[in-house]
Amino acid sequence: MRMIEITLNGKTSRGTVEPRTSLADFIRYDCRLTGTHLGCEHGVCGACTLLVDGQPVRSCIMLAATADGADVRTVEGYRGDPVMDIIRECFGECHALQCGFCTPGMLAAAYDIVKRLPTADRDRIREELSGNLCRCTGYLGIINAIELALRRLAGGDGAQVSTRG
Amino acid sequence: MKSAAFQYERPASLEGALQILSENEGARPMAGNQSLGPMLNLRLAEPDLVVDISRLPELRRIEDSREAIVVGAGVRHADFEDGRVPDVLGGLLARVARGIAYRAVRNRGTIGGSLAHADPAADWPTIIIALGATLQVRSVRAERVIPASELITGALTTSISPDELIESIRIPRFDPARAEVRAVLSGNGLSPVIMTATGRAFSTGINSNGASVIKEAVRDDLEAHGFQELPSYESKLYQTSMVRAALGIANA
Repeated sequence: MRMIEITLNGKTSRGTVEPRTSLADFIRYDCRLTGTHLGCEHGVCGACTLLVDGQPVRSCIMLAATADGADVRTVEGYRGDPVMDIIRECFGECHALQCGFCTPGMLAAAYDIVKRLPTADRDRIREELSGNLCRCTGYLGIINAIELALRRLAGGDGAQVSTRG
Repeated sequence: MKSAAFQYERPASLEGALQILSENEGARPMAGNQSLGPMLNLRLAEPDLVVDISRLPELRRIEDSREAIVVGAGVRHADFEDGRVPDVLGGLLARVARGIAYRAVRNRGTIGGSLAHADPAADWPTIIIALGATLQVRSVRAERVIPASELITGALTTSISPDELIESIRIPRFDPARAEVRAVLSGNGLSPVIMTATGRAFSTGINSNGASVIKEAVRDDLEAHGFQELPSYESKLYQTSMVRAALGIANA
């Protein structure tokens, strides 16, 4: 067993973990934050994507022990971030979620896209989202939402939502 | 699935990591965990001990000289993608890096880990071989330099011993007066092609027997087979197969 300490959504979380414990399992079972979803558990589906030191990371293939000392943000900790507020607003307006299973990971990916690629076009958004699977929406609403968020963050009114595929 | 149980060490130095590897036969080094992690969770790998080398500063160094760049094995794909590694090859390294998996994977995965894992579908091994890179490999016993072309002996198999670590990768610069990188096709990750202004083309891949393949051909031959850069994944796959045919490389 190993003692670890992470900053989780701005608060210190300590725990004793087995070395094999993933960051996702530590957050879900030890910290009791179940907004981080586990789909494939081998780094393919992207559902467990969250922000480690501000960067999107697969929490199913990052060991909790490796994350010791890191700053971790999950879907429970996004409120109040002005960029994430706009992204979430756009997800709602564009119907970018149905069952919601992929949404925590999608939000982490979307946050990375708007922060890192402020001029991304629809093709680039698609490319960047290729690591996050959604089985409900067909992606169109998610792409629309990110495009709209980019426009709003750039200062446009963003009232028009593209319906192009 | 969840990984089988293992012990875990996170040494503070490269020497410490090498010492632990030398004393534990069933130990596996873990850098970004983006290849080992899935194998652990699928229980395709069940090491007794995982040695976490993800934070070792010795593996994160980047040196730039007139002849080459030397990149620490722990440098991440995103470091290439974002330009934190000097762009000495006309944007080639950044472009290869951007094609690796997804951003969340590139934020953790390392070039050394990709090479040591030796997945035939990986992007770095083929390109590093094509560029004529050499690897600095260390253990407590010895330090040695091996050409990248001698690294991979088969799928998921390398010439590196279990007690050794790749410390850095030395990538020679192209002489801009004589050559420049023109394009790379890496649609299926098996057969990137680098063309230079002098008309030399390199293609590398791992054939069905697991051996490395390196070929050269003149640009005219490639152009005669319709070689050009195309944007989509499918067209790259198609072009890659065309180029392979032009170079006489059997599809694996």
